[in-house]
Amino acid sequence: MARAVSNRRRLINTLLAWSIGLLIFFPILWTVLTSFKPEGQAIADPPMFLFFDWTLENYFVVQERSNYMRYLMNSIIISGGSTLLGILIAVPAAWSMAFVPSKRTKDILMWMLSTKMLPAVGVLYPIYLLFIQLGLLDSRLGLVIVIMLINLPIIIWMLYTYFKEIPTAILEAARMDGASLRSEILYVLTPMAIPGIASTILLNIILAWNEAFWTLNLTAAKAGPLTAFIASYSSPEGLFFAKLSAASTMAIAPILILGWFSQKQLVRGLTFGAVK
Amino acid sequence: MTFKSAICAATALTLVAGSAALADTITIATVNNGDMIRMQGYTDDFTAKTGHTVEWVTLEENVLRQRVTTDISTKGGAFDIMTIGMYETPIWGSNGWLVALDDLSAEYDAADILPAMAGGLSHNGTLYAAPFYGESSMIMYRTDLMEKAGLEMPEAPSWSFIAKAARAMTDRDNGINGICLRGKAGWGEGGAFITAMSNSFGARWFDEDWNAQFDRREWSDTLNFFVNMMSDSGPAGYATNGFNENLSLFQQGKCGMWIDATVAASFVTNPNDSTVADKVGFALAPDNGMGVRSNWLWAWALAIPAGTKNESAAKQFIEWATSKDYIELVAANEGWANVPPGARTSLYENANYKDVPFAKMTLDSILSADPNNSTVDPSPYVGIQFAAIPEFAGIATEVSQEFSAVYAGQQSVEAALKKAQALTNDAMEAAGYR
Repeated sequence: MARAVSNRRRLINTLLAWSIGLLIFFPILWTVLTSFKPEGQAIADPPMFLFFDWTLENYFVVQERSNYMRYLMNSIIISGGSTLLGILIAVPAAWSMAFVPSKRTKDILMWMLSTKMLPAVGVLYPIYLLFIQLGLLDSRLGLVIVIMLINLPIIIWMLYTYFKEIPTAILEAARMDGASLRSEILYVLTPMAIPGIASTILLNIILAWNEAFWTLNLTAAKAGPLTAFIASYSSPEGLFFAKLSAASTMAIAPILILGWFSQKQLVRGLTFGAVK
Repeated sequence: MTFKSAICAATALTLVAGSAALADTITIATVNNGDMIRMQGYTDDFTAKTGHTVEWVTLEENVLRQRVTTDISTKGGAFDIMTIGMYETPIWGSNGWLVALDDLSAEYDAADILPAMAGGLSHNGTLYAAPFYGESSMIMYRTDLMEKAGLEMPEAPSWSFIAKAARAMTDRDNGINGICLRGKAGWGEGGAFITAMSNSFGARWFDEDWNAQFDRREWSDTLNFFVNMMSDSGPAGYATNGFNENLSLFQQGKCGMWIDATVAASFVTNPNDSTVADKVGFALAPDNGMGVRSNWLWAWALAIPAGTKNESAAKQFIEWATSKDYIELVAANEGWANVPPGARTSLYENANYKDVPFAKMTLDSILSADPNNSTVDPSPYVGIQFAAIPEFAGIATEVSQEFSAVYAGQQSVEAALKKAQALTNDAMEAAGYR
């Protein structure tokens, strides 16, 4: 039975939730607003919130100067490709850890997570040299592989958590009915874990979309995704905040829309297993 | 089809295929500065003249440095032309990482490059990068506020005059700071300014045996003078102000004086962006009566990494982008105030350019900067706001962080200098200089 909540308490909770939500969303809102300002008003002090000379000029300039569609396609291919490849590797890995754990499973999981603690710049030169040797520099395939490897520990961890929630008895029943390992994973485990896999995919697409170290360091003119697009508008010697904001808005818009429509799955994915 | 027409068609096809084979696509890494972006807009002119096409990779300055350093040191070959500065050029040239630009065509007129720029972009007398635009630093000041304060800016002021004028121009009630200077950590931000300023106070980074000199009185004088002046007349939170923050303050009429890159002159006098465009005067960067002024010297230049497959096309591009014709092209379309400054002597002899209000002071500032004799006492390094050794960027970034902590009130001048002395000597010892 739901606990009774007083109107006053409900109002306070609502106000608090909206305040926190607005506080978190404010930088994005400010970026979007700035993108519609002339450069001079983008740096005005005191800042101009809504009453400024609204203009689309920054978007026209960005569109004219950069091939936005190429960057967008690269972002879609790299984030989608790396997530898909990661899921293909992570599902069997998480299955084995969740359902046939060894003495070392916990250690392996911790070790995988520990690789996330290594500063990326520490392995920049080895990776760069490998890319030169393999001809992967400035290629989408190279970035798909690298970003998949970076996010693989998170994918495995998330799937492992979901799989642990699935009763082993169901899988055992499938085995008793003669299901092969492949059939067990494909036709029994995966359908049951679809919500978890979906939220893992969404979260990893967002992580891959926003990755800005490897995508800047391993690309040049061809494979640069939207992170490289934004970086091309940042300047320490010149005030281009409005254009930078327009470029940022164009870069985050697709992922923001995706996040908006899939927020239910994302919240479910992030909180799965948190409350028993 | 007759035999004759078949031969003609085959010949035409061969010629077309041949010309297509000669046309290359070059990849250029560059910074997101106004002049560089303008150059991208004129790429079609280069393609029309040579047939070569260009792909641009534009990055923020610090990202670009990391990116091109990784690529050139591993011989990655991702770029055919790199935009680099005076700090990298002599170091990379001596490493054999750059193609020497010693065979540029006679029409290019390499002798026309300003000697200070050519010197800073050479190693052992060989040019390794062609300057696209060059800059020094100078004082930009509000003529109306100076007049209101009852003062007159000399063409070559001293630091004591600047401190006095800054105090007189400060009007806290109306949000006007007498002076705005860089305090932001980073060797190319606040580090560049304080190093150039220290030269005029008789300080230097190293003695002739590469020993750090932060324990000397000259450094203490520099830092104390800077902190006192900024406390009296600078903007709040100046410890985090760099070029852009000060540009914004100046354009909004909140600074009486700003000492920074000469390229800023075109921004602060542009009525579209600046509220004080018609009230700006210029003067040489201050000195302290010791024979060295506090202005720096810098150039954004185009260089070709050794081993590029498109060396010939890359050289053609450099000749086009840094030529007199390119300057004429920009002037014809966008006016003389918007041409890339500080690279060629002929620009400053051009009657049209002499009308640009900041042209003379920019040239005077560039000519008064000497990277080979930047300090009062002799030093073993080349460079004004930097020492052209590979270790400098890392050391100077750490030192400037210590200095910024002083500006933010987090530690004393003495404590910062003590730390700077220790960390610099440690790094130089580890690198084998001491």
